[in-house]
Amino acid sequence: MALPKYTEMRYRVWHYSYLVICTAVFVFLIAPLFVIIPLSFNAEQYIHFSDGMLALQPEAFSLRWYEDMIYGTKNPWGIAARNSVYYAFFSTIGATVLGTVAALGLSSRYMPYKQLIMSVLISPMIIPLIISGSAIFFSLAKLGLAATFPGIVIAHIILGTPFVVITVTATLSGFDDSITRAASSLGSTPTNTFFKITLPLITPGIISGALFAFVTSFDEIVVILFVAGGDRNLTTIPLQMWTGLREQLSPTIMAVATCLIVLSTFILIVTELLRRRSERIRGISAQ
Amino acid sequence: MTAEIRTSDGELLSVKLKKVERRRRTTAFLLAAPLLFFIVFAYVIPIFQMLGRSIDNAEMNSFLTETHEVMQTWDGSEMPGEDVTSTFYYELKTAVENKYHGKIATRLNYEKGGFTSLIKKTSRKLKNFDENANFLDQFIDVHKKWGDIEYWQALKRGTDAYHFRKYLTTFDYEQKFDGSIERIPEKLRINVTLWLRTIFVAVGVTFCCFILAYPISHLLSVLPTRYSNLLMICVLLPFWTSLLVRTSSWMVLLQKQGVLNDTLVSLGFVADESRLELMYNMTGTFIAMTQILLPFMVLPLYSVMKTISPSLMRAATSMGATPFHAFRKIYFPLTYAGISAGSILVFVLAIGYYITPALVGGAKGILISNRIAYHMQQSLDWSLATAMATVLLIAVLVVYWLYNKIVGIDNMRLG
Repeated sequence: MALPKYTEMRYRVWHYSYLVICTAVFVFLIAPLFVIIPLSFNAEQYIHFSDGMLALQPEAFSLRWYEDMIYGTKNPWGIAARNSVYYAFFSTIGATVLGTVAALGLSSRYMPYKQLIMSVLISPMIIPLIISGSAIFFSLAKLGLAATFPGIVIAHIILGTPFVVITVTATLSGFDDSITRAASSLGSTPTNTFFKITLPLITPGIISGALFAFVTSFDEIVVILFVAGGDRNLTTIPLQMWTGLREQLSPTIMAVATCLIVLSTFILIVTELLRRRSERIRGISAQ
Repeated sequence: MTAEIRTSDGELLSVKLKKVERRRRTTAFLLAAPLLFFIVFAYVIPIFQMLGRSIDNAEMNSFLTETHEVMQTWDGSEMPGEDVTSTFYYELKTAVENKYHGKIATRLNYEKGGFTSLIKKTSRKLKNFDENANFLDQFIDVHKKWGDIEYWQALKRGTDAYHFRKYLTTFDYEQKFDGSIERIPEKLRINVTLWLRTIFVAVGVTFCCFILAYPISHLLSVLPTRYSNLLMICVLLPFWTSLLVRTSSWMVLLQKQGVLNDTLVSLGFVADESRLELMYNMTGTFIAMTQILLPFMVLPLYSVMKTISPSLMRAATSMGATPFHAFRKIYFPLTYAGISAGSILVFVLAIGYYITPALVGGAKGILISNRIAYHMQQSLDWSLATAMATVLLIAVLVVYWLYNKIVGIDNMRLG
């Protein structure tokens, strides 16, 4: 964004201060994440940059907190990670199937009471988690499902579906109906058309919705606080972090956090690839 | 008169069309039905059932049904007659036999302190009662508190099938036994403070997010794609990162011995003994929530700004508007949709925030959600917790409704 030569001084000043402000905001957004990473390699007990670290001495860094994370007996990070993945996996499948099918109906022109139904389906995303958490807990408790594996999966399906519905409806809103009409005019059955034409075209939207559902479940903390009921065998990574953070900020938590940042970087890359693929399929070239 | 058009199978076209449309409507609805039923039965109905707890007192009412009915004729101005006391005696006796008098004691204790010991002591002595003598005198003999009319008034009120008193408590009011409504003593008032603080934080965070998001969304929308994609990482990486990771990074930064204070001390801006108190107060809650919710403002703003053609601003300036004037009159109004979408999203998320205030805010930075969680999990006053939850839910639903009206739920976009 080079300025033309004839720009007046005051606009030049304004322009550069605008760039400085933007840089500051970007730093504000991203810097907190990068503070954690070096601290997780700290050789000391304390969470601060030691003189050795600042001088980049190799002995000031170590992997001991990663060892503690994997082999340490105090915190069951292993069970937590396994549970988190299980809950996220099963609730993603549930949320994606239910959400995608519903989105197909919702994006039809003939859908009755579209606004109302859409509002109901999106509500788990809008209603404060503390309310969702306690309501889901009471209803699961009535069915005897509180503090059980299926109960937690059901809770996470509820929280994940709005994201799938939103992303898949958004994908379908840009969908060209004439393609499916062309398919049926050429003699394809509706089922065949769906699996051969519609589904491949909306797959990027579905995967992106599924990713949202996965992350929602994987990061979820408020509802599981109610639903897991303090059972150590049902614990998840966020629950362990929550407990740990309430006691004290330990370097092991920094190590876990670093692993989660790596995971979110991976998810970011996948979503970006999906977006590009989606644009390519629809013939919108990425400039 | 229009000619009757028929399809190849001889049906009237209009009839056939209606049939096809009906079939399509049914298909569309059937597709949405599984999720709709799932959400309604597993989520919407449980929410209403839970909120019902804020006024529900049916259990208590079923324990002392007859006492409650007899007491309806007692106006509470003088000590109750024998009809009331005898009914209460027999029902309490049944309660002791079936061992639910403990529940009665706990529940009545919410109405008036001292009821727990009163019911427990009375229950133990019930077997000594002479069923032919005056019951009120015998009650008073067991415990002199029965001579205090307020306990009988509390008993009458505590056996109502439903009540709305918890909504008064939500706003730091209480109903006296004579029916008048008063504010509770000043040192006990906490809820109104929390409501005001929650609204202040939600509005403030939304405003800060708007101020910070506007310039960067604009920059992202005007930069060539390969640069903006790179900068977009700064927005999307925090967006995809776990909330607890981001909260813990703020704890690392803001602590008294934290990175920010260390830096300020080593640079000589702050003396070592007067380190800034950035955490366990409102400042911490505010800073952390702004950073965590910022992506939710940037994304809708960016998607709206992306659609604004740069030639509009050029046209305005070529016709003599100063850049500031052109911005105010042309560009800014075009971004209203993005501003409202982002603001409402951030506001709704901020008003129900729970985790970050609990960890970063400490006692001085907690919000209403933390109070609801406290009553849900620790004080176990579920009626009060659900009364507060109802008020919060209504606030959120009003904003949600506005969002629907202004932005339209169909236009919600993520990422």
